[in-house]
Amino acid sequence: MGAGLTGRATDHAQRDLLRLATAGSVDDGKSTLIGRMLYDTKSVLADQLSAVEAATAARGGGAVDLALLTDGLRAEREQGITIDVAYRYFSTATRAFVLADTPGHVQYTRNMVTGASTAELAIVLVDARKGVLEQTRRHATITALLGVPHVVLAVNKMDLVGFDRAVFDAIAADFTTYAAGLGLTDVVAVPLSALDGDNVVDRSSRTPWYDGPTLLEHLEAVPVLRDPHTEDFRFPVQVVIRPRNAEHPDYRGYAGRIASGVVRVGDEITVLPSGKSSTVVGIDTFDGPLDEAHAPLSVTLRLADDVDISRGDLLVPAGSDTSVGQDLEGTVCWLAERRSVLGQRVLVRVGTRTVRALLREVNARLDVESLTVEQWHGVDTLHAVDATDTSSDASPQALALNAIGRVKLRLAEPIALDEYASHRRTGGFLVVDPADGSTLAAGMIGATLLDRLVVDAPADENDWLAGAGI
Amino acid sequence: MTATTTLTQLDVLESEAIHVMREVAGEFERPVLLFSGGKDSIVMLHLARKAFWPAPVPFTLMHVDTGHNFPEVIAYRDSVVEQYGLRLVVASVQDAIDDGRVVERSDGSRNALQTVPLLDGITSHRFDAVFGGGRRDEEKARAKERMFSLRDEFGQWDPRRQRPELWDLYNGRHKLGEHVRVFPLSNWTELDVWRYIEREEIALPDIYYSHDREVFLRDGMWLAPGDWGGPRPTETLETRTVRYRTVGDMSCTGAVESDATTVADVIAEVGASRLTERGATRADDRASEAAMEDRKREGYF
Repeated sequence: MGAGLTGRATDHAQRDLLRLATAGSVDDGKSTLIGRMLYDTKSVLADQLSAVEAATAARGGGAVDLALLTDGLRAEREQGITIDVAYRYFSTATRAFVLADTPGHVQYTRNMVTGASTAELAIVLVDARKGVLEQTRRHATITALLGVPHVVLAVNKMDLVGFDRAVFDAIAADFTTYAAGLGLTDVVAVPLSALDGDNVVDRSSRTPWYDGPTLLEHLEAVPVLRDPHTEDFRFPVQVVIRPRNAEHPDYRGYAGRIASGVVRVGDEITVLPSGKSSTVVGIDTFDGPLDEAHAPLSVTLRLADDVDISRGDLLVPAGSDTSVGQDLEGTVCWLAERRSVLGQRVLVRVGTRTVRALLREVNARLDVESLTVEQWHGVDTLHAVDATDTSSDASPQALALNAIGRVKLRLAEPIALDEYASHRRTGGFLVVDPADGSTLAAGMIGATLLDRLVVDAPADENDWLAGAGI
Repeated sequence: MTATTTLTQLDVLESEAIHVMREVAGEFERPVLLFSGGKDSIVMLHLARKAFWPAPVPFTLMHVDTGHNFPEVIAYRDSVVEQYGLRLVVASVQDAIDDGRVVERSDGSRNALQTVPLLDGITSHRFDAVFGGGRRDEEKARAKERMFSLRDEFGQWDPRRQRPELWDLYNGRHKLGEHVRVFPLSNWTELDVWRYIEREEIALPDIYYSHDREVFLRDGMWLAPGDWGGPRPTETLETRTVRYRTVGDMSCTGAVESDATTVADVIAEVGASRLTERGATRADDRASEAAMEDRKREGYF
């Protein structure tokens, strides 16, 4: 658009952007791997490196610890752990990367969910000496739950197993089987040593048996987005632009970012939840009008008719079968210290719309630590508030911090409900505490991985998941 | 009329920043944009103009004036405000010193003194959303910052109580007296900012480009003389060909020796540089390994 396509194209003008997340613990060498990627792509500058050298020396010296490049806050350095999502930036000639560095510790599952929500690719890290652990399965489960399309299994510390092909092949097969059971189909395994740099950026001479890409080669090759022409158009309206000045006395445009798909001048659209229809007569930007625009571009749309549209409305193609309703069923990850209470009054944020809601029912729970699913006949609290005791974390139908549960929410007004499985950009939602505004939970509308696991489960067993090898 | 093709990195970053700004316009009553006359705040203002076009920018601008500003930057600020018909409020460190809210430091640096007038300005104007130009690549405490960062009534940042930020659903709800800092450039790097300035042909204050200036050396940095108290009798002025990579309080913002006279020169220089912009030019971040973290906790930008 604008000067970007017509102006002075530099080497970097056509570079695209990939968002990715890493999952793994300090023990797996995750911080070292990220430090290695920053270092080998020359994203570490002299003063950062000298600060790390000084910090290494202060702790007794030795070789420069690349992991220190990513340890941010004082409490983290003191405890040697990561407590929050950190964002890292590196780039190559063809692609820029935004990496969400998420902690692998159990108590910080919510950070992994956060990092995975925007990622197109997840790097799951394992220690070659240990193979696929329960923790690895947990990371894969969250990756699948959040619908991350591409997965890399980074088999780290290959130097400590003598670059043994058999070790790598066994771990890769183990993980790929498990991941397939979760619906993760695009899995690429890479044998590497973050400490020495083998197969991270540069190809290793110590793995002659491996003919796949290095980690960075793969990150550069993965497609960033699905073809927007194959997706449904979705446009959450953010603000209505009405200058009402001498130059633009009658201008009325609907500003937003295209969440998915393509819009063209002349397209018939429907406004949800009202159901009114109109025609797109203009796609405006500061740099001039467009005939056609696709996700994730921010634009302003003008329509042929003076229909009533405001912030929170969703524009979809006319004739779309998007459901509109007051009953939201989906899966939530509970993110707050306070556990959920059946019948509690909350706010639900979907797209740009916020509505009042009632937590009506919790009818299944995935324990991410043990990877077991509990389910029960949910008690519908719509007309029976406090029907069930949720006074402890162990109570059925209570969701404690990091719990993943299947819920029903009753909304105060009808809204457009896109399934997360097919509409990752519009099918996610937040549950917000109306009292202090804190984010209680993140949710996904419709059937998710949780439903897949529940349906597959034998009715009489709670620990079927481990038993089934999933 | 054109159709968009594949979006480049800069297109995606621009679209994300515009989305964030429109979310603030939709969710808050009294947003303000911190405008220092530095390149990051200038890029933010440019993005705000694009986000709401053809309507005017719906935000007030606030400048925290240390009293030790580069005159070129103040001139730039005033011309931009006039050109686009914006509303500017100034929070003055000198006023805060004069009425005893803060005390001048012995070294004359006023960078750390900005926090009090900043918070007082936010409170007295009842601003509920405050745009800052902070980027996560600048510093390790910033790497953990959210796009929407809740601050309590004392303006404090608590890294352990940050709200999880999922998808592009930014939660800006807050209680009376709290406010939200918003960082639309979170995912930009220094080079991205410069490439965007080049692409969009955005004018900057002259001090960002190479010029001859009288400077003196202190703690390995080239500082410019001024009312703030430099040079000391033991320090010698000399003329060097320099430019600035950041613009802040004159007492702690150093110049770098440079022949870069155009944006393209600067991009080449930044691309080849072996120092981050804060490491090269900010004395305040050198104080300790956790200097930025401490100042952020206290309510700094």
